[in-house]
Amino acid sequence: MNGDGALEQLKREGRIVVVGASLAGLRAAETLREKGFAGELTMIGDEPYEPYDRPPLSKQVLLGMATADGTALPRRRDIDAKWRLGVPASGLDMAARRVRMADGDEVEYDRLLIATGVRARAWPNPDEAALDGVFVLRTRGDAAALERALAAGPGRVLVIGAGFTGSEIASACRERGLAVTVAERADAPLVGALGGVIGAVAAEMHRENGVDLRTGIMVTSLEGDSSGRVRAAHLSDGTTLEAEVVVVSLGAQRNTEWLTGSGLGAGPRGIACDAGCRAFDIWGIVTDDIYVAGDVARSPHALFGYQFLSLEHWGNAVAQAETAAHNMLSRSADRRPHLWVPAFWSSQFGVNIKSVGVPSMGTEIVITQGSRAERRFVGVYGYQGRVIGAVTFDQCRWLDFYEQQIERTAPFPPPYPTVDRRPEGERPLDADFPDPSVPTHGPTITLSGYSPADRRMTFTPAHN
Amino acid sequence: MTQGILRQILDYSSRANPYPLYEELRKTPVFHDGDGPYVVSTYHEIKGLLHDPRISSDARNLTPTAGDPLSQADEGGSEVLPPSFLKLDPPDHDRLRRMTNRPFGPPHSPRRVEQMRGELGGIVTGLIDTIAAKGDPNRIDLVEEFSYPFPVTVICRLLGVPPEDEARFHVWADTLAASLDPDPDADPAERAKKTEGARMELGMYLAGLIEERRKNPTGDMLSELATGQGPDGTMSTMEVLSTAALLLIAGHETTVNLITNGMLTLLRNPEHLDRLRSDPDVAVPMVEELLRFEPPVQLLPQRSTLTDIEVAGVTIPKGSSLWLILASGNRDPKRFEDPDRFDPDRPDVQHLGLGSGIHSCFGAPLARLEAALALSELARRLENPRLLEDPPPYRQNAVLRGPRHLPVAVDGIRAA
Ligand SMILES: Cc1cc2nc3c(=O)[nH]c(=O)nc-3n(C[C@H](O)[C@H](O)[C@H](O)COP(=O)(O)OP(=O)(O)OC[C@H]3O[C@@H](n4cnc5c(N)ncnc54)[C@H](O)[C@@H]3O)c2cc1C
Repeated sequence: MNGDGALEQLKREGRIVVVGASLAGLRAAETLREKGFAGELTMIGDEPYEPYDRPPLSKQVLLGMATADGTALPRRRDIDAKWRLGVPASGLDMAARRVRMADGDEVEYDRLLIATGVRARAWPNPDEAALDGVFVLRTRGDAAALERALAAGPGRVLVIGAGFTGSEIASACRERGLAVTVAERADAPLVGALGGVIGAVAAEMHRENGVDLRTGIMVTSLEGDSSGRVRAAHLSDGTTLEAEVVVVSLGAQRNTEWLTGSGLGAGPRGIACDAGCRAFDIWGIVTDDIYVAGDVARSPHALFGYQFLSLEHWGNAVAQAETAAHNMLSRSADRRPHLWVPAFWSSQFGVNIKSVGVPSMGTEIVITQGSRAERRFVGVYGYQGRVIGAVTFDQCRWLDFYEQQIERTAPFPPPYPTVDRRPEGERPLDADFPDPSVPTHGPTITLSGYSPADRRMTFTPAHN
Repeated sequence: MTQGILRQILDYSSRANPYPLYEELRKTPVFHDGDGPYVVSTYHEIKGLLHDPRISSDARNLTPTAGDPLSQADEGGSEVLPPSFLKLDPPDHDRLRRMTNRPFGPPHSPRRVEQMRGELGGIVTGLIDTIAAKGDPNRIDLVEEFSYPFPVTVICRLLGVPPEDEARFHVWADTLAASLDPDPDADPAERAKKTEGARMELGMYLAGLIEERRKNPTGDMLSELATGQGPDGTMSTMEVLSTAALLLIAGHETTVNLITNGMLTLLRNPEHLDRLRSDPDVAVPMVEELLRFEPPVQLLPQRSTLTDIEVAGVTIPKGSSLWLILASGNRDPKRFEDPDRFDPDRPDVQHLGLGSGIHSCFGAPLARLEAALALSELARRLENPRLLEDPPPYRQNAVLRGPRHLPVAVDGIRAA
């Protein structure tokens, strides 16, 4: 049979399995059906729920404005799938094209899409992590439990880690009138993703809103009372802080352990794939039947020097899933690359923060519009004389323009005048990213050139 | 192509169907002739410019040229009122728009528009009842009897203008809206005088109302604009004046055309009218498609360049006047498949009908709701409506384009 015939057959009666039944998994499934896939579609998800949306979990849900079980993702179309929810996939047999399930079952596929995402990085000491009142925030269940704890009106909340999620949690606490301390190892919030210049603005936002922000500090241990409830945290400066609720917000770990030993190029940094979302095996050879999308994927991006990017961004998960689904059903000449320009949003302390491109690659920053003092501005990041990223605080309507500047590798610093250009925007500043060898809570975007099979990478816990 | 094409767009004879001219224009995405404006007609280029911080909405950045037929028609030089936020750049634009938004939309007043739904429905019912009571089913002018009075009543209630003053408002608003129109036959001096007069009278009237609201706030938008306090402070009296005048005019002229263009389109596509009658929920996607297909604001003639910029291979020099033909971008086949077809089921109707970027339509949520309510109620209550003149007579205005009258006949009017 020629290639086209095989493709037609796949579309008609093939079996496609999606592991990871969340945002990327669902959007891929919808795209497969839209492109005319009429075969058998199986959705495997370890969570017991139908796909839901995570961004509201640290925003509306923590404010009590939405409930955690009310965040189901809107369906674009019917996908007519077999749902296997509540049981994780536990292994992969690439040669036999089978996914092993934790309950012993096996599911055969002709094409596999892996979209297992990431999970919250747990507090490194398991006994302390198990104390009542210690939370992470990744899932619906996490959000519901944390919301209940906040609603009970704890005397103080401690948030460990001031990345986007940690900052959003702190913001929600303040909006609920709760006392909150944020402990961050770096010198300011958000530095991993946006650098020190913007981190300083974020720090002011925390403080003005009544957050007890402590930077350059680590939580060394958590202490419980006799009933197993958390009551205090010990900090690296020798002080002790009493808190009834502790939220561990130290970034994420990729859900790839289930692939150990399968021969797929999966490791702690994600699953490497080509720009067309096809997974690499451990030899660096591209597979043709296994695809990857969403937070768990690492793929090379032409615009950013073909570096392998892994992005924990909502929009990336959607776009990559659509590309993966398209390519799964296409002849090689019709496949298309996932060339999405990274974009991210957050909302905290009443400010809408958005970014495009890869700010963390930037070495310099210039404020092209607005002012940092007013908390409304556009910051443009430069890398080797070109525009590589941009961030806006309450100025997101300009972002399309800067995205185009990034796509066109426009010169940095931008040589043109703009509306609302202030004196502070005349000169670029050092963007002030921390030394990459010093771990922070884990930046939202990680760039890495390491081999996907490199398993020697280990996380250095915050108290080292 | 010659200079003629701009003249033709402005010429009244093109009013009923300017779309073939736009198609012609799109062959030159950035069209420039002599000392006239730079005219941009393709979707992606317009969209790019609407998000481009090198583009100004402030008339002071414009190098005046004789060749721009709209630049003289501009209200920018008015000495009566300072420019509204529509004609300002950030940071002033942002500050005024934010302060105006506090009583109108999220985050501070997330429900303002939704809470008006019942009241709007009541106004719609009342207007249709009046048409029914008048009882000449053979000739109803939908503009005079429905799509004009509806938004006018709404904007007056929103602002807090007493109903007995509405009639005087019509006259001022009409004059000011007409001032946006480059009527080649009108005497410019005469027009300028009339416009100034209307602005003056409107300004004095509003100033009186604002004074009153400062003393006795009543919860309407004027009260809130006059007394509201936030991180940006309070608006000066002059700022309240120009903002109120802006809301009033924008609230008048655009929604009228949206509703009228909507009915016209539905009467020309009766299968869609039937569909709307049986399923009022399609009103929402229908209004969205209407904003693409027949946008009430056809072009934005007030932008200028802060520096030389390159668009689609053309360098537009600093200080140039830009016309962004939104209605043409909305029918760009490079963006929309089969663009000249009215299709409420379009999956991705990211039109330019309400603009885009920081100046995108402030009243959009209200306009959408008004149009959806109006069209679905008209569809439900008018029995077998028929268009009596096609095309109907249009207003002179090429910017705020829409029929002056929309005569229809019906078999009857269903009870509310
Ligand atoms: C609190 C929070 C706030 C966020 N806010 C923003 C925001 O404001 N803006 C933004 O751009 N992004 C935000 N994000 C990130 C965004 O939600 C993610 O980028 C997106 O969810 C990624 O989708 P995904 O499908 O790749 O992964 P996930 O949503 O993580 O889904 C992966 C799924 O696979 C399941 N799974 C894992 N292993 C297995 C297995 N072995 N077998 C079966 N199933 C498995 C997981 O349980 C999970 O359900 C936020 C994330 C969180 C947690």
